[in-house]
Amino acid sequence: MSEYKTLFLNERDSVAVALSNIPAGAEVTVKAEGIEKTIRILEPIRFGHKFAVRAIPQGDDIIKYGEVIGAAIAPIDAGEHVHVHNLEGKRGRGDKIVQ
Amino acid sequence: MFIILKAKEEGVTRLFNEKLQFWGYRRPDGRVGVRNHVLILPTITCATQTAQRVTELVSGTVTFIHQHGCAQVGTDYDQTARTYAGLGMNPNVYGVIVLGLGCETHQAHRIGDEIAKCGKSVETVSIQEHGGTLQTIAEVAKIAVKMVQDASLVQRELCDFSELIVGTECGGSDACSGLSANPAVGRTSDMLVEQGGTAILAETTELIGAEHLLANRAANDTVAKKAYAVIKMMENRSIQMGVDIRTGNPSPGNIEGGLSSLEEKSLGAATKSGTTRLEEVIDYAERPTKKGLVWMDTPGHDIEQLTGMVAGGAQIVLFTSGRGTPTGSPIAPVIKISTNTPMFERMNENMDLDAGTIVDGKETVGEVGGRIMKEIQAVANGKLTKAEILKQHDFGIWRIGPTF
Repeated sequence: MSEYKTLFLNERDSVAVALSNIPAGAEVTVKAEGIEKTIRILEPIRFGHKFAVRAIPQGDDIIKYGEVIGAAIAPIDAGEHVHVHNLEGKRGRGDKIVQ
Repeated sequence: MFIILKAKEEGVTRLFNEKLQFWGYRRPDGRVGVRNHVLILPTITCATQTAQRVTELVSGTVTFIHQHGCAQVGTDYDQTARTYAGLGMNPNVYGVIVLGLGCETHQAHRIGDEIAKCGKSVETVSIQEHGGTLQTIAEVAKIAVKMVQDASLVQRELCDFSELIVGTECGGSDACSGLSANPAVGRTSDMLVEQGGTAILAETTELIGAEHLLANRAANDTVAKKAYAVIKMMENRSIQMGVDIRTGNPSPGNIEGGLSSLEEKSLGAATKSGTTRLEEVIDYAERPTKKGLVWMDTPGHDIEQLTGMVAGGAQIVLFTSGRGTPTGSPIAPVIKISTNTPMFERMNENMDLDAGTIVDGKETVGEVGGRIMKEIQAVANGKLTKAEILKQHDFGIWRIGPTF
């Protein structure tokens, strides 16, 4: 049994949310709509932050709420912190337009 | 409990099993207010200090400080004018004293004439015509004394929730926003619509990435097309500037709280809209023409969207926050709802309700949604919000053109 609260919103999701601070090395169980996964957390995850529930190759979409929230800009392992250092938004990117 | 969640009674699904009413102030145009303010409305930045002095002298008056009203043209002029007039016409306002300098582009008498169409008491004063600051303060204060006393004679009457327009917004979001307070407000929005009322969804910027979910709920094709169109216009503004929208949104506080992209923030923000049909998409500061769920095209900026919704006629605003905020309006009570309990405790003088109980597993989304409905009723009946008590009179217009 996991002692750390997490939220896994949709079975399609590649990330879950920590609802308490989770230390590196902890094993957490995430559940959504009949699926259940146990993940070893690779680095400390703060309350409200996300971790990968499966390996995400670089360039793949990252899914939360069953919808796309961005793309991986580096390969991400299951249990790794997913945030602005390895996830990039795809919308409103005027900086990507080549003049 | 007063909530029956998805309970089927003879085939009818009801979210709230009683008809809700409140004691409101009926205005000459038939609309109903939940407050009875006299508004000193400065149409130009040069008149804001004078207006402020009057509110210090005369109890029952409100005003706001701003930097607009001159050297504005075209659609930018129109949007500012519509905002001023909409605020004056908001049914929470008994009467208005429109205060100008005299030489500004947003002429006080023009705004005053527009507001007077709704039948309420309107007076116009100009600083240049009244021989300077001190004479003007005296003149406005004298008019205000009479107007406040007249306002105090209005008797409240029992009104249905169908007379309410409730604005919804989120500011200072964290990762809990999309899990607790926003879905709870979504449930409240559904309950309001069920009672025949109107809920305004706004913050177009913070719906980028969630527009398909809303367009799928549009009443018709025209509404769906406008939903995509306002999103495209907002997104194009960042593309034309050649910038990553993330440099402004999500904000540093959002990122600290665990939100990584605008799309993630949007999907959480969109839950405020509940599950009902999207009836129309309206422009900034425009009055809804339909009841039910309405989307107002505003930026994500908290104060600009708040001002737009109040100018559109919202009598009450629901504001969810994860990081905490003091936000309030001079005209409409703002009920602030925390997404997590530690912030609710830390910033208790600013927050009205706590939805962190959902994250802790102590309450369901539906239970908190029902609690918010009861708070709307209490506030409509006169309960003061924290922002009103702290005199948090925020004001900001979404400017869409340069100043010349």
